[in-house]
Amino acid sequence: MSTLQTSMPAQAAAVDTRSLWSRLRTNRNWVALWFMLPAAAFLILFLAYPLGLGVWMSFTDERIGRGGVFIGLENYEWLWDDAIFWLSVFNTLLYTIVASAIKFAIGLYLALLLNRHMPFKAMIRSIVLIPFIVPTVLSAIAFWWIYDSQFSIISWSLIKLGLIDHNINFLGDSNLARGSVIFANIWRGVPFVAITLLAGLQTVSPSLYEAAVLDGATNWQRFRYITYPLLTPIIAVVMTFSVLFTFTDFQLIWALTRGGPVNATHLMATLSYQRGIISGRLGEGAAIATAMIPFLMAAIAISWFGMQRRKWQQGSNND
Amino acid sequence: MNSFTPDRRSLLKGGGTLLAAAATMSSEQLLGLAKAWAQAAPWKPEPGAKINLLRWKRFVEAEDVAFMKIVDAFQKATGVAINVSNESYDDIQPKASVAANTGQGLDLVWGLYSLPFLFPSKCVDMTDVADYLGKKCGGWAPSGEAYGKADGKWIGIPVAATGSLVNYRVAAAEKAGHKEFPKDLGGFADLIKGMNKNGTPAGMALGHASGDANGWLHWALWAHGGNLIDKSNKVVINSPETAKALDYVKGLYDNFIPGTASWNDSSNNKAFLAGQLYLTVNGISIYVTARKENPQIAEDMNHAHLPAGVDGKTRELNLSFPILVFTFTKYPQACKAFTAFLLEPEQYNPWIEAAQGYLSPFLNDYTKNPIWTADPKNTPYREVATLANTPAGVGQMGENAAAAIADFVLVDMFANYCTGREDVKTAMASAERSAKRIFR
Repeated sequence: MSTLQTSMPAQAAAVDTRSLWSRLRTNRNWVALWFMLPAAAFLILFLAYPLGLGVWMSFTDERIGRGGVFIGLENYEWLWDDAIFWLSVFNTLLYTIVASAIKFAIGLYLALLLNRHMPFKAMIRSIVLIPFIVPTVLSAIAFWWIYDSQFSIISWSLIKLGLIDHNINFLGDSNLARGSVIFANIWRGVPFVAITLLAGLQTVSPSLYEAAVLDGATNWQRFRYITYPLLTPIIAVVMTFSVLFTFTDFQLIWALTRGGPVNATHLMATLSYQRGIISGRLGEGAAIATAMIPFLMAAIAISWFGMQRRKWQQGSNND
Repeated sequence: MNSFTPDRRSLLKGGGTLLAAAATMSSEQLLGLAKAWAQAAPWKPEPGAKINLLRWKRFVEAEDVAFMKIVDAFQKATGVAINVSNESYDDIQPKASVAANTGQGLDLVWGLYSLPFLFPSKCVDMTDVADYLGKKCGGWAPSGEAYGKADGKWIGIPVAATGSLVNYRVAAAEKAGHKEFPKDLGGFADLIKGMNKNGTPAGMALGHASGDANGWLHWALWAHGGNLIDKSNKVVINSPETAKALDYVKGLYDNFIPGTASWNDSSNNKAFLAGQLYLTVNGISIYVTARKENPQIAEDMNHAHLPAGVDGKTRELNLSFPILVFTFTKYPQACKAFTAFLLEPEQYNPWIEAAQGYLSPFLNDYTKNPIWTADPKNTPYREVATLANTPAGVGQMGENAAAAIADFVLVDMFANYCTGREDVKTAMASAERSAKRIFR
């Protein structure tokens, strides 16, 4: 305290004699900025710079191994009437929306089940996590065998059971392929949703349920008026993450189909990789990747504003 | 262990090299040759050179063993340390591209197709190595030059190619009424139709399979007189010839085993070896594996070149394996010396013998190797270089043609039409647009 009192008048008195730099160095408002600088530098170096570089690249005709020159919107103009690009946008949206919705429904249901008292509770909960723990590429290869056009275990079983007489063309037919990759994604994504929602459920005080039971509330009413409102912020966070992960999915598709058959499962991320890295047109690949940003921003904005609306976040009741 | 001084480097090299050395029958002999070669060779490796080499993961085990033997002999004779890493077909190109872009990590890459043409400015001029080898080994086949040269200088050395040739089951083909393998397009279509009728279907990849799908679909286009680009690299894919090729391929596809639109490079190998597929287009690797694991299939199968086109000429796209040296390497002389060493008769002959037909040479003298005639089923793979074209076809090989093949422009066009997603006109128009985007 004493230093504070002595320094303040001294600074005021010497205001004309000291240089701007030395004033900035000791100004208490600026001190906060100095302390934030390392963190800011870190963020700029590892987050903002790569992002900015990617966006810049999308305005150039850079190729692998040599720099590009600024070509304005040319990459985007080519993409604008590129049927494969629009197909990949459609695929990405379809993939994200369908997979996320189903992941949410199954995840919530699983979380509610797991929240009950049952024998071997801890063990069952950890088993649920297994699909999430397996490395993506491993599970993708497993699914690749499951979906194989000649050696699929599903086709084999159904043929042996006499239900069908030829192999199912899982990854060779456009719609079946879309369904197959979405199923694989759901299989991987459900545990994340379920376990996170379960964590949210555990924070709901049992006394609320007791009170509701005393008032004669039905199961559905308890879910609708206690569980659901209290779970909303967690749902918003989980679904934001889930949508972001699904939207930017790459490994699963690349290992399973490489975007085939005839680009029916090409997502923006895989198309960007194919154009940017495989065929060496970094500028164009960057343009496709940059085109993903508005969609991601929209997804984040929706859930963020959704969360802000909840009154209880500001401390009041959710009535 | 023996007369070699176990210095720090050889201790660090680890198990792989030791294993390869242990499998060597004549490693002493090889080393003697290698030492003599290193004395006389025009390239003197930089002292203390360390090379990072990336190659595609072997499809034939013995080939890899023989390759490592050569690497080993070179290391011992010259003192150069070579660190070999393997990647699958599909991962070679992205890794090499990242290295080219960042300027570090790799010195030598032994890759596929037209890899050096994706970043020609990053490849060391190998003209001296190519001339040396050409003079010594009977000259380069024209396709070898096309695969190696850009603007008059060699940017890579096409080490070998693997032929995308027809693999078929003899009994099934005979049952379909073809005692002799058909030599024209009509006969080939008839064969595939007949095989399907007998429940012994054929199948060729129409998915994003860099080797298999590109190979036979380029043949189909060229056989009907179609081309992606003309001599001056102008896009000419939208043509009546292409339409004929599309219809022809659709006719084949309708008689294929289901699922070929999802196939990758290994799908046909698996299905053929499991006895579910009776004709496909592939390297010799199916036969090599079958001889070891499934002799009945090996006994009953044979190879043939794809039939001639409407003009009577066969033009195939075979999978070439070029080796390139990055300009940012600190040891260009060591890299050149190794490349030349690899293709010297003393090394190359035993190596292609070990590969059992998987590696077909671009250097003319090596077609005399007994491997091509010892087993008549190997013989078709001898002519791979003679019939090979680069992905550019009649055009000039370059960055754009390399990008077009990597982006599956042709494969997508055929698959779009065959699976009924687009009609002939739309399929050609979309391919034209994709190609124009690349050749702009």
